[in-house]
Amino acid sequence: MTTLKLNGRAVDTDAAPDTPLLWVLRDHLGLVGTKFGCGAALCGACTVHLDGQPVRSCVTPLSAVGAQEVTTIEGLDGRVAQAVQAAWDAVQVPQCGYCQSGQVMAATALLTRNARPSDAEITEAMQGNLCRCGTYLRIRAAIHAAAKRLEAST
Amino acid sequence: MNAPVDVSRRRFLQVAALAGGGLVLGFRLDPAAARPGAQSMERAQGAFAPNAWIAVRPDGRVRFVCPRNEMGQDVYTSLTMLLAEELGVDPRRIEVVQAEVDPAYVNSLLGAQITGGSTSVRDAWDKLRHAGATARTMLVEAAAAQWQVPAQQCTVADGVVAHGDKRLAFPQLATAAAKRPLPHDVALKPRARFAVIGKPMPRLDGADKVRGRVLYGIDVTAPDMLYAALLPCPAHGGKVAAFDAATAEKRPGVRKVVSIGEGVAVLADHWWTARQALADLRVQWDEGPNARLDNAAIHAALEAAVDHPGAVVKSAGDAAAEFARAKPIEARYTSQMLAHMTMEPQNCLARVGDDGVDVWASTQFPQAAQAAAAQAAGVQPERVRIHAQQIGGGFGRRLDVDYVAQAVAIARAVPGKSVKLIWTREDDVRHDFYRPPALDLMRGVVRDGRVLALGKKMISPSITARMFPDGVKDGIDAFMVEGVANLTYAIPHLDLRVVIQEVGVRVGYWRSVSNALNAFAIESFMDELAHAAGRDPVAFRLTMLDAQPRQRAVLERAAKEAGWRAKPGKRRAFGVASMECYDTHVALVAEVSGDARAVKLERLVFAVDPGIAVHPDQVVAQMQGGAVTGLIGALRSKVTFKDGRVEQSNFDDFAIPRMAEVPPIDVHIVEGGDRPGGIGEVGVPLVAPALANAAFALTGKRVRSLPLTDGGIAFA
Repeated sequence: MTTLKLNGRAVDTDAAPDTPLLWVLRDHLGLVGTKFGCGAALCGACTVHLDGQPVRSCVTPLSAVGAQEVTTIEGLDGRVAQAVQAAWDAVQVPQCGYCQSGQVMAATALLTRNARPSDAEITEAMQGNLCRCGTYLRIRAAIHAAAKRLEAST
Repeated sequence: MNAPVDVSRRRFLQVAALAGGGLVLGFRLDPAAARPGAQSMERAQGAFAPNAWIAVRPDGRVRFVCPRNEMGQDVYTSLTMLLAEELGVDPRRIEVVQAEVDPAYVNSLLGAQITGGSTSVRDAWDKLRHAGATARTMLVEAAAAQWQVPAQQCTVADGVVAHGDKRLAFPQLATAAAKRPLPHDVALKPRARFAVIGKPMPRLDGADKVRGRVLYGIDVTAPDMLYAALLPCPAHGGKVAAFDAATAEKRPGVRKVVSIGEGVAVLADHWWTARQALADLRVQWDEGPNARLDNAAIHAALEAAVDHPGAVVKSAGDAAAEFARAKPIEARYTSQMLAHMTMEPQNCLARVGDDGVDVWASTQFPQAAQAAAAQAAGVQPERVRIHAQQIGGGFGRRLDVDYVAQAVAIARAVPGKSVKLIWTREDDVRHDFYRPPALDLMRGVVRDGRVLALGKKMISPSITARMFPDGVKDGIDAFMVEGVANLTYAIPHLDLRVVIQEVGVRVGYWRSVSNALNAFAIESFMDELAHAAGRDPVAFRLTMLDAQPRQRAVLERAAKEAGWRAKPGKRRAFGVASMECYDTHVALVAEVSGDARAVKLERLVFAVDPGIAVHPDQVVAQMQGGAVTGLIGALRSKVTFKDGRVEQSNFDDFAIPRMAEVPPIDVHIVEGGDRPGGIGEVGVPLVAPALANAAFALTGKRVRSLPLTDGGIAFA
């Protein structure tokens, strides 16, 4: 039995310690907002936060999580996350939407550590998150919009 | 090769409408058309459900039964807008639910309940506006009768009928409206009065997608379900000869191991357990006829058909005589195979019980899913319920339903239990239905600065021969001649042919299908002819478009917006391409910089005329996304075979564009028609030729193979 700090609560799971966090979240705990895309940290669809840092849950074994706080799209909250999601709405980013949980998690982590990222910094931070529908231009625009939104509200 | 799913059932697909090489709109709504089960239930519960698409419930909800599957292309919102325009309800207050399989939801442009071919809006344009107008008319009549006033004097605004100071909301009228006779000859709004169509509207599924709240097929669960992982035969078409599951069965959490012929499945309490247990299996394969298939053989098969006369797609004048008279310019174009790479790997939840079969799946073709599930379960299709889910990327991959048949075959081994099959990404890449490889032989004669004669012979395998055998007639697969049969250029002598040549690979519809293959050959070669004629490539094309004002307009607009110049200066160049597809006219200018060692794509500028843009922001989104899809095959990606196996396996060795590779993409919409054209695939086909033409203008190197990196162009 492992106890996870998940979205602000303590949650027990009987998943084997070598189970990737992605499958613990999806199959054991029923949190399916985090997506399976590649299983090899190549696409970013499974991005969650560990202590606020974006990680690929598909290659993160449960045993490696330890006492770190896990945040998924279901538990994502706070000023930055709200600005990101509002910007995503305003710019109309999603198409199929399958990658967007991971995109939002990655963008929120970026804006938390860098309030006004340049184009180059956005590219660097988001390069690992694939969007097969090709919404990249809107993702970039939404990150800039979220940064402006945050600046205006401080 | 994958056997067709119950061919007799697929024969209902009347692709005769495609025989002319284009799609024909032949639909007229019969108000007494089929009324499917769910709508009957709505009616039984007191809802006003006058047709297959609408239910106005007494509790206040208005429901739209969406006949197409949402895969990002915006059908949920665009089609709701069509209905809402005439119904008189704000689309944001309409609840969208997915249609079950029923004849009422057949796509008239394709003859089946199918989402593809950029047909959704074109098919729904008349149907859903008519459905909305019919319902509104009956609701207004119900109000008018209650108030004893003429119906013509009543107005409708956002679901409320008004007369003077009297008001009744639609739900209050539902019961009375349901008792009224269906009206005949309802009038549709003229375009000048559109209040929803063509106006800004947030996607109805957008906010939920931003918050991880949309359920895709892979997210659906059932009580006590088991998970399945599958070890498919590594060679396509091979099967299990023998297997030893003793070790796998000992793994904690593993419940059962079953062979389904084409592979061995492990059922377990959790997917990760099942997936891990695949490594414990010992399988002896009968690899079948494709065990030795490799890329050289595939392309040799195409090469072997170069002298085959093929079938004539389009002809004019006497091209053969012109080619004999003057030495033609000749060129060969080739395209490699591509995988679809939907972000959501293939998956399906299935249950085979005494009460029939239930299937929850992301599918573009629920009717085929029903047939495939029925065959796999050994029941009649009527006993199969397809619960179609939101799709995490289709691009044509989910027109095939192999994963549905597999899930049902596995579920059959545990009757009454729900089984969730999920493929690995590696199997998704290696067991796809690939965009066909193609070889194009081009010939042209230029005189007085114009094209006098054009010859084309495309050699490629047929997707339609596998999927819809009736769709191949006299050697012509209607889905292989897109962009050829409807060539926009006026050229006096034409000899455009197609040769169906199978190569031992299962091929599938890949967003924009043959438009992309044909446009690469035609629009690149047109550039070669322009240079041979000493003409500017834009001006050269315009001389052949006198009879195509909409095509002219988009080409001129794209050139203008891009700041087109034949020679824009050192280390900078433009390339252009132009075509009609899906009843939509499109032109693209690509701007590049750098040199042959590092070509940098700076910008893509589209002008597109879809006739009417129903949801303009999503027209832009589809064009931008289509362009990114076009970059997949243009830049560097390809599928190759060796020893019967696909050599690629994930996003590392089959790359799809990442953020850094996508330049600004400008989309300029021209509305030059009186009904909408298709848009979902229109952004794809011109990317490769426009980029190749720009690369030529920049470097002097003409690349005639896709991906372009195969031809020696390096991209920054």
